[in-house]
Amino acid sequence: MLLLILKRIGLGLITLFIVSLITFVGVEVLPGDACTTYLEREAYGAALDACIKRLGLDVPAYERYLDWASNVMRGDFGYSLSGEMPINEVLGPRVKNSLVLASVSILIGIPLAIVLGIITALWRDKLPDIMISTITIFSMTIPEFISATLLILIVAIWLGWLPGIVIIPSDATFYELLSNIILPVVAISMIMTAHMARMVRSSVIQVMASDYVQMAILKGVPYWKMVFRHVLPNALLPAINVVALTIAWLLGGVVVTEVVFNYPGLGRLVIESISNRDLPVVQALAIILASIYVGINLIADLMTLMLNPRLKSLQIRK
Amino acid sequence: MNEIIERVKNLSIGFNSQKGKQISILRNVSTNIKKGETVGIVGESGSGKSTLALAMMGYIKQGLFPLKGECLFKSEDLLKMSSRQLEKIRGRKIAMIPQNAGQALTPNLKIGYQIDEALRLHTDLNKTERDKKISELLNKVRLPSPETMAFRYPHELSGGQQQRVAVAMALAGKPDLLLLDEPTTGLDVTTQAHVLELLRFIAKDTGTSMIYVSHDLGAIAQVSDRIVVMYAGEIVLEGPARKILKEPIHPYTYGLLKSIPKLSLAGLPASMPGSQPQPGSINEGCSFYDRCNLATDNCKKNSPSLEYIKELDTNVRCFNYKELINQNNNLQTSITKKSNNSEANEVLKLKDVSISYAKQKFFDQLLNKITDQNPTVKDINIDIKKGETIALVGESGSGKSTILKSIAGLLKTKDGQIKFENDRILSSDLKMRNPNDLRAIQLIFQNPDESLNPNHTVEQILSQPLKLYFNLSGEELKKNIIDLLKKVRLGEFYISRYPRQLSGGEKQRVAVARAFAAKPDIILCDEVTSALDVSVQAAVLNLLQQLKEDLGTTYVFVSHDLAVVRAISDRVAVLYQGRLCEIGPSQNVYKFPSHPYTEVLLGAVLEPDPDIKPKLVAEDIVEEKPPEKGCSFQGRCPRKIGDICNSEVPPWQIGENGNAIRCHINIEELASLQQ
Ligand SMILES: Nc1ncnc2c1ncn2[C@@H]1O[C@H](COP(=O)(O)OP(=O)(O)OP(=O)(O)O)[C@@H](O)[C@H]1O
Ligand code: SF4
Ligand code: SF4
Ligand SMILES: [Mg+2]
Repeated sequence: MLLLILKRIGLGLITLFIVSLITFVGVEVLPGDACTTYLEREAYGAALDACIKRLGLDVPAYERYLDWASNVMRGDFGYSLSGEMPINEVLGPRVKNSLVLASVSILIGIPLAIVLGIITALWRDKLPDIMISTITIFSMTIPEFISATLLILIVAIWLGWLPGIVIIPSDATFYELLSNIILPVVAISMIMTAHMARMVRSSVIQVMASDYVQMAILKGVPYWKMVFRHVLPNALLPAINVVALTIAWLLGGVVVTEVVFNYPGLGRLVIESISNRDLPVVQALAIILASIYVGINLIADLMTLMLNPRLKSLQIRK
Repeated sequence: MNEIIERVKNLSIGFNSQKGKQISILRNVSTNIKKGETVGIVGESGSGKSTLALAMMGYIKQGLFPLKGECLFKSEDLLKMSSRQLEKIRGRKIAMIPQNAGQALTPNLKIGYQIDEALRLHTDLNKTERDKKISELLNKVRLPSPETMAFRYPHELSGGQQQRVAVAMALAGKPDLLLLDEPTTGLDVTTQAHVLELLRFIAKDTGTSMIYVSHDLGAIAQVSDRIVVMYAGEIVLEGPARKILKEPIHPYTYGLLKSIPKLSLAGLPASMPGSQPQPGSINEGCSFYDRCNLATDNCKKNSPSLEYIKELDTNVRCFNYKELINQNNNLQTSITKKSNNSEANEVLKLKDVSISYAKQKFFDQLLNKITDQNPTVKDINIDIKKGETIALVGESGSGKSTILKSIAGLLKTKDGQIKFENDRILSSDLKMRNPNDLRAIQLIFQNPDESLNPNHTVEQILSQPLKLYFNLSGEELKKNIIDLLKKVRLGEFYISRYPRQLSGGEKQRVAVARAFAAKPDIILCDEVTSALDVSVQAAVLNLLQQLKEDLGTTYVFVSHDLAVVRAISDRVAVLYQGRLCEIGPSQNVYKFPSHPYTEVLLGAVLEPDPDIKPKLVAEDIVEEKPPEKGCSFQGRCPRKIGDICNSEVPPWQIGENGNAIRCHINIEELASLQQ
């Protein structure tokens, strides 16, 4: 078991290493470098030399990679170009904002999705299922930017209940954020919840049709007891991985929603830094996003392993 | 003994077809279950056995609904009860033992918990009493070390053990009626015999009534007091077990019994033509009319009703049953088959073949070497003559399919050689074989549903090998396809059908035709009749034999069913844990089993005769791996003589009957021990 965890962590680290290499090489082979981008038309003569010296671009590429990598490992991503701010300072508030948006969406969306999925499965083809399923399929099919725009139009502009665009500075406090994120959260949860509810529904339906559920019924196990002991643990197991992917997707920044609502999260930072050709920030973002994916998937796999008695004893026996 | 505990009255169950028509799958079924009695319900797949059994618990599968009639349990109609009322009866008054215990035990709950659940629901015992009861129950179903057993998960048990847990769970509520739906199907012969023996013991010990549902008349014969025979949703014959099995007076039951291959008979069983009609396609007249050789015009127009015959204490649904009274001697006959010419040349030789599933280590992979010291299959030496049918038998895990796969080139051998025609070595890698060798060796699989592409018509399926090996096209291709269909007794009109439009037997015939399309020298048959009903199985066996006699093909036939093997094979090789135990001419191996494992296997076979009881000579333990050294059968051998069996691989001995066995006991001594 321990060996397996170590193995998975090792694999994750290798993945991260490869990602860092690819981004570094990608940035290297792009025409021009950070200084030409930064200085634009003044990129010649003394100014350029000074810049190159300051950013340390005069040493060979592999040395710079090692230098950069060892700094990253100490949690130092270097300097951003645009503001010449330490990247940590640029990233910090963005990470916090994304975390707030993601955790609120997760706290609301995932339990809601599981409950809706179970309800639709247990009342399959009955009124609750038909109603909820229609709504979920509907919200799955509308693209995010349309639902987000509609939300702004209806709630913010027509009804005037909430601010339509987030106008807070990127370093706003948690409480300032909270009142502003209601609409983005709704927009995100709609799609996410719908997808997950459908998945939970089909998984529960599948388990309900299994021989062991039929057996539990024939054993005289009362309905709800059967649902909670025999059905849900087995039906929700495969959901763990989907939940993990969703969380990773949320943390990585929901680009479209953030742009529509002008929300200062990681997603928008990705867009901004790419369009500004702020290469150090792009590099840092790539590493951070990759770590989030690797980390969350690792946790999900380990959870599946712990909760599934079949896999657990397989591992122990080996 | 005479108190009736459940009474089914005129029960019909059906579903609504897509066209909105009501189609019944059970029609007018009535029967009674008496206290302490075991009733066997037998019939081919699709005859409605399980639907009837489940209805007797008040359970109707999703999509079905009762059309009429009632199921009275102690004079209350189960079909009209609320789910609250049913919860009180299920498990406590009527309990169920499912077909596949492996799938019927909830995977995330320990087996102790699952038994405890039944105890909590149906008894007033407190925690310590329940814990005691759990070990008592596990002990009663003869599971080893009940204390630790309770803390295991279902998947940590073998198939036979899972089935025992299901029995323990059913007994927890002390039910009056136990329902068993194919409880031993899918288990190995020896395990099956043990589980049946346990059930018989429990019926006697507790006085519980049982309903035993199975397609297997052999199993039914071992446990039942009374037998109900179902055909196309109706009861066609019902009466005391001995009467039904020895003097069947319904043409279907008669044909069914004749189509079962029997251990005591050499030669092929007689087959019944046709197959059971689909629900909804039965209009008027007797539902067995198409397949019946006693049918008259009357049968076509009028449906017979279930008639009680007092002298025989039997209910029968047939106009002409009288013709079958006193016809029982004919049951013990079979079709003799032409034996092969033992002077023929050898076409295929397996020499010291070993096969391993062990994952190769990185360096071994680089060197393309397999270093497994204890491979799944080891030291197989078999010479196969042209035109002969050689069978490989053994329980699950004995490596039968593994050997077939490597002959077919689907699995690499670790050591040894496979030699084809004139001692030419065949590569064990499919990609290295030349096209002619590929053509010459064809494989037929167990399950035609998986081996036939559902999106291809029969024509497309059969044209593939013809195009690939003979480059046929146009008219000639079509003519060949029709010839092939004729060979497997299918009409020309099947050419445009899709597999889903064929019955199980027809699908397997198409699979046989596809194998013969390549004009092969050798056909490898992997459990080709296991998924078929007995009457269809007999037809496929006869077809295979006929084709072989006409075309001189050689078969390597793998099956776990010893009676089937007896019927079709010229020579048998008995395998245990991937090692050969015995090999010899069929009639001798079956008449004088000399290897202890052969003796165990043959002893466990269930015959459709209540007077032939299986002999249980060895434990039904499941071994996961072959032993590292010594005799492969040391773990279960009832005749084990001591340390020599554990340490030394036994030598080959050849008996006077031509059997070769691998055992440390002298072959003549063994023969006299087995007298
Ligand atoms: N792909 C595989 N990987 C590892 N082990 C395998 C694999 N396939 C089969 N085995 C093992 O090899 C042994 C022989 O398997 P095989 O399928 O040949 O048995 P069999 O006699 O055909 O059994 P059955 O009657 O159940 O089909 C078994 O112990 C099985 O667990
Ligand atoms: S009624 Fe006629 S067709 Fe039906 S089983 Fe009897 S003889 Fe055959
Ligand atoms: S060698 Fe020993 S263990 Fe093996 S079959 Fe013979 S007596 Fe039994
Ligand atoms: Mg097999």
